[in-house]
Amino acid sequence: MSEATATATADGTADGGTGGTAGDGTAGGTSRKPGGHLAGRASGAGGRKGPGRVSPTAPPRSFIWTRRVVLTLLTIFAATPLLVMVSSSLKPLQDVSDRFRWIPSSLTISPYVDIWSTVPLADYFLNSLIVAGAATGCSVVIATFAAYAVSRYRFRGKRLFTVTILSTQMFPGILFLLPLFLIFVNLGNATGVALYGSRGALIVTYLTFTLPFSIWMLIGYFDSIPRDLDEAALTDGCGPLGALVRVVVPAAVPGIVAVAVYSFMTAWGEVLFASVMTNETTRTLAIGLQGYATQTQVYWNQVMAASLVASVPIVAGFLLLQRYLVTGLTAGAVK
Amino acid sequence: MRRSRARNAAAVALAAALTAVTAGCGGGTTTDSEGSNDKPKELTYWASNQGTSVAHDKKVLAPELKRFEKKTGIKVKLEVIPWSSLLDRILAATSSGQGPDVLNIGNTWSASLQATGALLPWDDEHMAKVGGAERFTPSALAAAGAPDKDPAALPIYSLAYGLYYNKKMFKDAGIDGPPETWDELVKDGKKLTGDGKHGIALEGGDPVENSHHAFILGKQHGADFFDASGKPTFDSPGAVDAVKQYVDLLAADKIAAPGNAEFAKRESVRDFAKGKAGMLLWQAAGTALQSNGMKSDEYGVAPIPVQNPGSGEKGTRSMVAGINLAVFKNTDNIDGAMKFAKFMTSDEEQRTLNAAYGSIPPVKAAQSDKAFDTPDLKVLREVLTTSSAPLPQVKDESKFETLVGNATKDLFADAAAGRKVTTESVAKELSAAQQQMRK
Amino acid sequence: MTTLSPPPGTSRPDREAGPSHSGPPLPRRRRILPDRLRRAGLPYLLLLPALVLEILIHLGPMAVGVTMSFKELTQQYIRDWSAAPWTGTDNFRIAVDVNAPVGEALLHSFFVTCAFTVLAVSLAWLLGVTAAILMQESFRGRGVLRALFLTPYALPVYTAVITWSFLLQRDGGMVNHVIHDQLGLTDSEPFWLIGDNSFAALVVVAVWRTWPFAFLILMAALQNIPKELYEAAHVDGAGMRQQIRRITLPSLRPVNQVLVLVLFLWTFNDFNVPYILFGKSAPEAADLISIHIYQASFVTWDFGSGSAMSVLLLLFLLLVTGGYLLVTGAGRKRDV
Repeated sequence: MSEATATATADGTADGGTGGTAGDGTAGGTSRKPGGHLAGRASGAGGRKGPGRVSPTAPPRSFIWTRRVVLTLLTIFAATPLLVMVSSSLKPLQDVSDRFRWIPSSLTISPYVDIWSTVPLADYFLNSLIVAGAATGCSVVIATFAAYAVSRYRFRGKRLFTVTILSTQMFPGILFLLPLFLIFVNLGNATGVALYGSRGALIVTYLTFTLPFSIWMLIGYFDSIPRDLDEAALTDGCGPLGALVRVVVPAAVPGIVAVAVYSFMTAWGEVLFASVMTNETTRTLAIGLQGYATQTQVYWNQVMAASLVASVPIVAGFLLLQRYLVTGLTAGAVK
Repeated sequence: MRRSRARNAAAVALAAALTAVTAGCGGGTTTDSEGSNDKPKELTYWASNQGTSVAHDKKVLAPELKRFEKKTGIKVKLEVIPWSSLLDRILAATSSGQGPDVLNIGNTWSASLQATGALLPWDDEHMAKVGGAERFTPSALAAAGAPDKDPAALPIYSLAYGLYYNKKMFKDAGIDGPPETWDELVKDGKKLTGDGKHGIALEGGDPVENSHHAFILGKQHGADFFDASGKPTFDSPGAVDAVKQYVDLLAADKIAAPGNAEFAKRESVRDFAKGKAGMLLWQAAGTALQSNGMKSDEYGVAPIPVQNPGSGEKGTRSMVAGINLAVFKNTDNIDGAMKFAKFMTSDEEQRTLNAAYGSIPPVKAAQSDKAFDTPDLKVLREVLTTSSAPLPQVKDESKFETLVGNATKDLFADAAAGRKVTTESVAKELSAAQQQMRK
Repeated sequence: MTTLSPPPGTSRPDREAGPSHSGPPLPRRRRILPDRLRRAGLPYLLLLPALVLEILIHLGPMAVGVTMSFKELTQQYIRDWSAAPWTGTDNFRIAVDVNAPVGEALLHSFFVTCAFTVLAVSLAWLLGVTAAILMQESFRGRGVLRALFLTPYALPVYTAVITWSFLLQRDGGMVNHVIHDQLGLTDSEPFWLIGDNSFAALVVVAVWRTWPFAFLILMAALQNIPKELYEAAHVDGAGMRQQIRRITLPSLRPVNQVLVLVLFLWTFNDFNVPYILFGKSAPEAADLISIHIYQASFVTWDFGSGSAMSVLLLLFLLLVTGGYLLVTGAGRKRDV
């Protein structure tokens, strides 16, 4: 059900978006009339979503060659570091601590065994998972509420709210690292709950970091959902919250997934605050990976193996949810 | 109208939040009293990374802390903090008042941290509880705070720089023994250089290492980086000569590989251990070399060379390197912290721990152990007692390490990129560094 | 925490909309409460969690940070901030005095950051838009390629940058192995992590990490352009290039406006990449402002001065963003 709504939504956005563009874009005037004429033919040939495209617009040869060359170069640029990462994680230590070599002297999986004992990687992994997971969950819920309010209601201070939220994106992290730390300590002292060094403090911090962008993206997405939908729900006897939960949220799944992915990535990758706000039991992967550079040497093969272990879940998740991301971003940030 | 009202409301909210937030901002307990005994059964201890890895440290310390618990009934919560984040963590703990009860600090930070007032001063009364100041070697104790104040910490591990050399490479090049002066070192280095190998390996990309060598060479040139009143004198002629001489090992003498200019991850230890360089200037490198696959009979250790054979200040061959143990002033287990300090500086623990880490006990009575009679530790001990000087114990010391260390790093980068390093260019870098010191 | 006041605006409509604070309104109560009042209170309630967090974690600390910038907060005082003397605008004056070393270094760092940002953002955008246009049509392997291109962005920043620092080592790095040993492009092996090349290294790493984001967003935006437009243009005799110039790029304009701004802010404030690539002391050529400020505060223990620099940076960013939004057309009109 949500699938269908989502598609409908995306289409709706597409029309709205281009309508606006065509108005001020240079292409508007020239394309409008023939467009109508052609559209009929195109849809007859399977619609614009069909993979088998109409031949008149098939790209010229030169374009195909440009595409091949450029995409090959981009592939090399994007893939080489990844390739080295993977291959280095399978090399013995002497292969990665001397001259670089493409072909390893031998293949070994011992880095993948050793990483767990050189540093308590499993603990760090778990910490990252808890922190990023909780921050993401809370961020999505809070952002959904806030975005719904901004998208559906007129109220005083709305403009102020959106502007303030957006401006926090400009704050240099370093400016409030120490103050934030102090606030946690003081709050901890006042409430008797040890915040400093706890996962809770880190969760709240990351959650707040991701809120502005999440809210902002969701406002865009909610705006693209026709109001008729929730108004219909309202007349059906749902309260505003009921309308949000039963109608708007299901229709906004792609946008919400996009926001969740963004939040999770941010929390999973943050370095600066984690370095000061965690202790040994709450240390996250971002800091934990430094452990492979010891006082005597850097275990590069283990660094690469651990990096892969830290990356795989997030890259896999990202790529799996990619489809949602595109839809979510289309209506959200992009609009 | 609508706007301004909203804005007022926001201003009020913000102001209220601010009051809430800043009201408590004195950094934890603001009292100046020296600790309490609110939690007598528990201690938090931040250890620095002394072993080959954090895991190694934990393995070394765990049984000792168990013994302490058995003895006193106090449970010690250990956290081993990597060097990369130790100072940030200490600063955060200082500014918030929420930190460990006992912690390790690099002894060069002593005076800087002392100036924050966060560490318990070891006055006579406190000192008596650990057996008195006489138990420690004077040079180690001199590196535990400003000279006119009570020490801010107790030395627990001492280290000194030595010249490590590859015996086989020396023999193959027809060199009889380790160089005694820098001229000899350069001459020997040239003999060793060639065929993909180099005379010496330097950690040129590491500001801290650079600043240490600038200090040692500075002493040999009769220069201090701070004057008696604690004002920086980074660009005095002696200091310029010192830094230039160090950089010239790579720039003019070319006995260090250009790549050394970016070494900051212990690559110089690796290159020396792998026989790519014949010499290395390092503190107690034994464990590090062995973990890189070099056997202990393959290298020799000698004191770092001097300009001319002689003595006094100009005969300085090392800084007093090492680790100090400090007690956080607002600990909630002051008695336990004192007991722990006594335990960690006891003769027995000193022997065990220093032997495990390959360092030298700063406690005199503990030094007479076979573990410290190895050829290399003998040399380093000799250097430590006779010819080493503590880094300037002034509150701006940490800035010295950063600024002079970075200036030297930049000079190395220049040299490695083929740019000339002249007395003028060195002087320019150093005076720029000095001017960064605001007050 | 009880002193935390309600979010902006709540205090006023409270009188009229008070009751709705008592909990999620139920459909039953609709008739009891005039619709007007409920609608006035609800949005604030929905905003409350976000607002509290923003004030507590973003705005509050920021204000403390601004306060710090007016104090002499060196190591003697960090233990007890209230004892730190007020210095008025001293910290700022020193930071902007470009004839003195501190200000000069800051200005240098500022210029480096500007150059870095302009280069990194435009390259990231260029690669993103190129790839997005080239991959607009479906072809064999497009899905795989898209996944591959997006991976650098999905990687956690530390693993990505650690890998690059491994590649960029002078002696054992892959980059030098290829350009020096295998292709013989340079006489000697260049340094990438120190000296002047470090700037180029920083740009490459930043672009490698951010261009997929531009690619993703632009790809999404391209899907919104109806194919009819292209088909029509084709009938009109417009070639590939003209279609891109006349249809694609203009349609992307609103997206670009947001995308460039987001990339600009992220790149300008970027701390992670230089920090992991170079450590606590970046080479002069790559001395980005975030690292510079980190060093001014944490390494030399002068938090007042570091905060003053941060405040200046913030002002600059506000100015640029404001100007940008004005010039490119008033931002998002959400107040409807």
